[in-house]
Amino acid sequence: MKNHVLRPLFVVIGIVVIVLLIRPFYVPKDFGIHERGYMYGWYREGNIEDWKKVTVKYQGKEYCKACHQDKVDSIDRTPHAIIQCENCHGPAMEHPSEPPKLAIDRTREQCLRCHTKLLYPSSGRAKLRGIDPDNHNPGIECVMCHNPHKPSLEGLK
Amino acid sequence: MISRRNFLKNTAKAVAGISVPLAALEILSPARVQALKADSAVRWAFLVDTYKCVGCGFCVKACKLENEIPYDANVTRTWVERYVLTKDGKLFADSPKGARDGFISTKIDLGMGNFHDVKKEEIKKAFFVPKLCNQCDNPPCVQVCPVGATYQAPDGVVLVDRTWCIGCGYCIMACPYGVRFFHPKYHTAEKCNFCYHRITKGLKTACVQACPFGARQIGNIKDPNDPVAKTITTERVGILKSEYGTKPHVFYIGLDEEVR
Repeated sequence: MKNHVLRPLFVVIGIVVIVLLIRPFYVPKDFGIHERGYMYGWYREGNIEDWKKVTVKYQGKEYCKACHQDKVDSIDRTPHAIIQCENCHGPAMEHPSEPPKLAIDRTREQCLRCHTKLLYPSSGRAKLRGIDPDNHNPGIECVMCHNPHKPSLEGLK
Repeated sequence: MISRRNFLKNTAKAVAGISVPLAALEILSPARVQALKADSAVRWAFLVDTYKCVGCGFCVKACKLENEIPYDANVTRTWVERYVLTKDGKLFADSPKGARDGFISTKIDLGMGNFHDVKKEEIKKAFFVPKLCNQCDNPPCVQVCPVGATYQAPDGVVLVDRTWCIGCGYCIMACPYGVRFFHPKYHTAEKCNFCYHRITKGLKTACVQACPFGARQIGNIKDPNDPVAKTITTERVGILKSEYGTKPHVFYIGLDEEVR
């Protein structure tokens, strides 16, 4: 066969050889087959540690309690005890060092997440006390009258 | 007639030629593969009680903030769907913004700015269904990844290696549950990973912690004393799209046939 026919083949073989030579240096040492076999467990093992290093932002009620014991105790005597502090106060992260002050969500929409009356049978939503947002003081923030830490109607401001 | 010089030359060429492709292969002994398959003591599983879900969307809000998913981008690792079935046999389902702001209106979002208000007398049944990655035992998304960027960790959680992902999107197409999307910032495949940084520290996932009603729970299905494992193994629970054979590990109490 003539040389000009074989030449592109040599180029391709050359590229393959170069890729094979670079591969051992480029692919990380921990890349390979792990516990779940070739089909599901072919990966770079170091990535598992990378995911574990993501910072935790939501610390939970117990974290808040360490400093705000009085607030937690008072809300624990109300039906709102089931709600995490951070659902309204925002993720604590490293509070009080970072951020020193949390941004509280006091919007009407925040309360309506649970308290728009939706009469849905076979859902817990129907059992919650709710209002019709179009007729119950529209446009006014709920916290103007209601105290979310003392939600019973006796707690009206 | 072959000369000694030519014989040695050709032999050297042949050996070099054969050894190049051999260097590309990793030869595994069956014994080693079996040893790698050693059973993990942990297998994470999720339990959703749809009777308890009220559609407040605190789970979605917490998830987006915890996992740094751009808050206003219309993508989310977990979401809540609303199903409303009327007495004349119609089905309405919506999940505005993935229910990040909950369901605060009786109007169903039909898309394209259209809404439909179902009257209370017309409702036959209505409920909320939270969705998230099923962390399947046979994850189709992992099978299709051409570069080994998505994989199943030994404890069953399917993870994505952001440094390795080339953004081809095969996994997004392969997932029958539609839980994958492109991360707007990293431009790599993104999915729920059961808050891997939290569960491996002994914490609950952000969504489980944020749920005021206990509609979401997470546990280790291999631990017989785990309350979630007990419920899954002894009570009647359903899974989504069992016909795909993906063996999902998110289990539902009160699953309706309308839920897909």
